[in-house]
Amino acid sequence: MIETIGYNILQIIFVMAFAPLYAGVLSRFKEMVQSRRGPSVFQPYRDIWKLFQKDEVISEETTWIFRFTPYLVFVIPIFVATLIPVLTDYPLAFAFMADMLGGGFFLALAGFFAALAAVDTGNPYGPMGASRTRMVGYLAEPVFMIVFFTVSFVAQSTIPFIVQQKWVANSAAFFSPAHILLLIAFLMLILAEGGRIPVDNPTGHFELAMIDESKGLEYSGRGAALMKWGGQMKFMVLACIFLNVLFAPWGLAHGTDLLSIFAAVPQILFKVLVFAVVLVVIETSLAKLRLFRISEFLGAAFITSVAAMVTSIFPGA
Amino acid sequence: MASATAEALNTLCAGLILIAAFAMVATRQVQGVVRFFVIQSLLLSASCFLLAYSRSSVHLWALGAITIGAKVIAIPWVLRRLLPDDFYERREISQAVNIPASLLLALLLVVVAEFLTGPLVATAKDSVIRINLPLGLAGVLIAVWSLVARREALPQLIGILAMENGAFLAGIAIASELPIIAELAVAMDVVLIAVVVGLLTRSIRKELGTTVAAGLAELKEEPVSWR
Repeated sequence: MIETIGYNILQIIFVMAFAPLYAGVLSRFKEMVQSRRGPSVFQPYRDIWKLFQKDEVISEETTWIFRFTPYLVFVIPIFVATLIPVLTDYPLAFAFMADMLGGGFFLALAGFFAALAAVDTGNPYGPMGASRTRMVGYLAEPVFMIVFFTVSFVAQSTIPFIVQQKWVANSAAFFSPAHILLLIAFLMLILAEGGRIPVDNPTGHFELAMIDESKGLEYSGRGAALMKWGGQMKFMVLACIFLNVLFAPWGLAHGTDLLSIFAAVPQILFKVLVFAVVLVVIETSLAKLRLFRISEFLGAAFITSVAAMVTSIFPGA
Repeated sequence: MASATAEALNTLCAGLILIAAFAMVATRQVQGVVRFFVIQSLLLSASCFLLAYSRSSVHLWALGAITIGAKVIAIPWVLRRLLPDDFYERREISQAVNIPASLLLALLLVVVAEFLTGPLVATAKDSVIRINLPLGLAGVLIAVWSLVARREALPQLIGILAMENGAFLAGIAIASELPIIAELAVAMDVVLIAVVVGLLTRSIRKELGTTVAAGLAELKEEPVSWR
């Protein structure tokens, strides 16, 4: 029991430590593909460090929501990291606190508070970006739901650890059309939720076109650092769910000793790295969608996920 | 064990073929539609080869080769040669139904296909039939729908050919021992359809300056600018 709690804490440390690196590697890859040099992969760490050193300025007009939000945005990905298989393929101490749907709700809670905080400042760009994130959010919500329903229908459970076991054990289920459709739908969802290119430009500095970035515009110092780090961890957590639970449920630690946990770390980093290459290919080969085309993109994701459900319900599958 | 793996990979191909069918409905660009058709045909031939391997059937090997020859190489090449470049650069803005609605309808067609084949599939012992028959029928229905919804001539032609892809996907599972002469005839037919429609489109465009099929319903006396 003590052991699994310790491993859970290791998972949290893994996500906290490597999330900024992942963001750095992603942007570095992207710059390399576009034949530029780009900043070092460790730049996100330096940014966060620098922001922690700086003074924080908070407008007098804001309420407690504005001060409270960075902590929530920072804590919730950590909380979700305890629920999902980041390093191990057997359930850990806190795995049964909430299922995938619960994790989705917690991420939505962080998004809700981030939107409130953006409105709280009275900065004209904040509410605009917040309303856009809400638009993307409510279009993505049904896809989330249907994906989880399908997963629970196929695997007879919504606990991520058990779902992961299902795909490992049964290769026929792994290659079934329902699973492939599910993967595509979830990938589109990650692109939308993570603010990646067909939906939002993560490197854009033009306030009028911002979706995800504009929420953190008013933050400075520690608040900005926490918002930034929290956002990177959220993306890392989503990538872990996609890779470890759905797409490539191999390479996780099976043994209960500390050594096998550490042996799993490079394998998971490798998977995440390959995923980064895929993301970079998607991001550089697509153009950012116009705002009102986003509904089409997420509509396509919704239809893919419902098709996954349909093909898994009928006797053919 | 090896044939089980081949059948598992075949289900993977079948799933990707369905995704390619969705993509053909969702793409605006004519070039993109052709590209997804080529991808779909490639997946179909992969599925053919995998089934040929697991059932050790010579016919299916031949069928896969014919599919690659006809649909992946010959048809795109013929269409490239026959039609000028601006066909490919075009974007189809005005479809009969907008794309989200079109995709929803495609989804409905998948449900219909699964529902119709449900009783048949329930009695089938072969696991390949359980996958390929509903998805093949879904492919046919989605292609028919894209034939209805599209207005440009080239995507409509691709719709006809994609229909054939869907029928093949179902066909290779049900009747893997089809005489090779029938398969050859079908493959030749498909290429001929591409040539005839391509030539027709070319001459229509020469006459009228457009290939928007909806615009061809009206009679005309004088050559006027249609665009």
